[in-house]
Amino acid sequence: MDGSDYLLELTDINQFQGARQLLQQINLQLKAGEILTIIGPNGAGKTTLVRIALGLLPASSGTVYRRPGLHIGYMPQRLHIDPTFPLTVRRFLSMAGRKKTERILPLLKEVGAAEVIDAPLQNISGGELQRVLLARALMRDPDLLVLDEPVQGVDVHGQVELYQLITRIRERRNCAVMMVSHDLHLVMAATDRVLCLNRHICCSGTPEAVTNDPAYLELFGPLAVQHLAVYSHDRSHRHDDPAEHGACQ
Amino acid sequence: MIDDFLLRALLGGLGVALVAGPFGSFVVWRRLAYFGDTLAHSALLGVAFGFLLQLNLTFGILLICQLLAVLLFFGQRQKLLSSDTLLGIFSHGALSVGLVALAFMEGIRVDLLAYLFGDILAIGTADLGWIFAGGGLALTGLLWLWKPLLAITIHEDLARVEGVPVDRINWAFLALIALSVAVMMKVVGLLLVTSLLIIPAATARRFARTPELMALLASLIGCLAVGGGLYGSFRWDTPAGPSIVVAACGLFLLSWLLPKQLSG
Repeated sequence: MDGSDYLLELTDINQFQGARQLLQQINLQLKAGEILTIIGPNGAGKTTLVRIALGLLPASSGTVYRRPGLHIGYMPQRLHIDPTFPLTVRRFLSMAGRKKTERILPLLKEVGAAEVIDAPLQNISGGELQRVLLARALMRDPDLLVLDEPVQGVDVHGQVELYQLITRIRERRNCAVMMVSHDLHLVMAATDRVLCLNRHICCSGTPEAVTNDPAYLELFGPLAVQHLAVYSHDRSHRHDDPAEHGACQ
Repeated sequence: MIDDFLLRALLGGLGVALVAGPFGSFVVWRRLAYFGDTLAHSALLGVAFGFLLQLNLTFGILLICQLLAVLLFFGQRQKLLSSDTLLGIFSHGALSVGLVALAFMEGIRVDLLAYLFGDILAIGTADLGWIFAGGGLALTGLLWLWKPLLAITIHEDLARVEGVPVDRINWAFLALIALSVAVMMKVVGLLLVTSLLIIPAATARRFARTPELMALLASLIGCLAVGGGLYGSFRWDTPAGPSIVVAACGLFLLSWLLPKQLSG
C-alpha cells in the first residue's frame, strides 16, 4: 500500500480546456504535517491544480487519491459577499458546521482577529478577511489546510505575519498545508517544499534547492532578483525568524 | 363591513407577500433579480400552454416556469454567452412567444392586462388554494434548504469542500423559486413579480443583522405593502397590483428616513 503514506497523492494529472492543455503530467504527494507551496506565474494552472486536488474539478486524466476520512480546511482565493447579505464574522464561522460555536472566539484569537467577531464580514479589511477565512478553515479541525493565495490583498508586513501564522498553526496542530502563491521570497521561509509550476512541474524540492535550480531562474529570472530586493529591504526593518533568512539565500 | 372579494384579495396578497420575503432575500443576495423576471415573463407562455392542453391555467404557468428554470440551469453552464444576455433572450423570447401563441388561438380572449399587472381583486377561492398550497410548499422547501443555501450563497466552492451537495441544492432552489413566481403571478402580474421579490427585501436590509431577520422583515414589509396598496386601490380606484408596488416603493423610501436601529 504505497498510497497510504500520503494524505494526498496526484498521479499523472493532465487537464485540458478545449484543445488547450492547462496541466501536463503533474505528480504530487503530500505527507502529514508537511507544508507544500505551489508557485508559478499567472496562468500557470495553480488554482486549477488546487481545484483538482480538492475534488472540485474532475481531471481530464490521471488519478487523485485523498486519504479516506481526510478533513480538509479550504481557504478560497476570493470571497465576494453581496453587501445586502447581513452576515457577521461570528455567523460566518458558525456556518462551518457541527455546532462548535464555543470554538469561534478561541480560533479568532489564534489567528489574531478576535476584535472583528461581531463586525459585518463586508466591513473588515483585506488582512482581517484572510485571517477570518483561515479561522473558518480551522473550524473543521483539518488534517490538511488548502490555502489559495492566503496573503492576497495584504501589505508586505502583513504577508510576513500571515506566513508566520501559517507556520505556527502547522507546528501547533501538525496539519499539512498546501498553499498557492505567486510571491517568491516571503513564502520560501514558510515552506518545507516548493513546487514550481508552469503548466508542467518545472522543478520541485526544498526552497534552497529550488531557488538554485536553473529551471526556477529561467522561469522567474528578473522577477526573482527584483523580489529579492523587496524582501531584503523588508528584512532590514523587521526582526523575523532567522530561519526565514537562510531560506532566501 | 369588508366585502368578500376584498377579503380574498387581502388574504391572497398577504400569502404572496409572506412567500416573497424569504425568496426575495435570496434573489437580492444572489443577484437573481433578472432571473426572477425571466421566469415571470414566461408565464404568458404558460397561459397559452394551459389553453392548448386545456389544463388549469395556473398549472400551465407552473409547468412552463419549471421548464424554463431547467433550461436556465443548463444554459448557465455554457460559457459562450454571459448569463444576463442569456436571460434577456429567454425573458423576452418567452414573453413574445406567449403573446404570439395567444394571438393564434381562435376564439380565446385573454385579459392581457390581468396577466401583465395582476388581478388581485378577482382572486377566487381556488386561487387562494393555489397561493396557500403552492406558497406553503415553496416556503417549507426553502426552510428545508435554508442552511446549505446560505452556505452556497457565501461561497460555492467552500460549501462544496465542506460537503454541501451544491448542484442538487441549487437545482431544488430554482424549482422552488419557479413555484413561488407562478404563485405570485396572480397578485401582481408578470411584469411586477420581481418588484414584490426585491423591494421588500431591499427595504428590510437596513434593519437586519442576520439573514433570518432580513427574510422575516421582508415578509412583514411585503404584507404592509399589500395592505397599503389594497387600501389605496379601494379608496382611489387605482389598479391594485401597481398600487401594491407603489406602496412597497413608498415603504422603501420611508425606510431611509428612519434611524438604522432595529438590529437583532
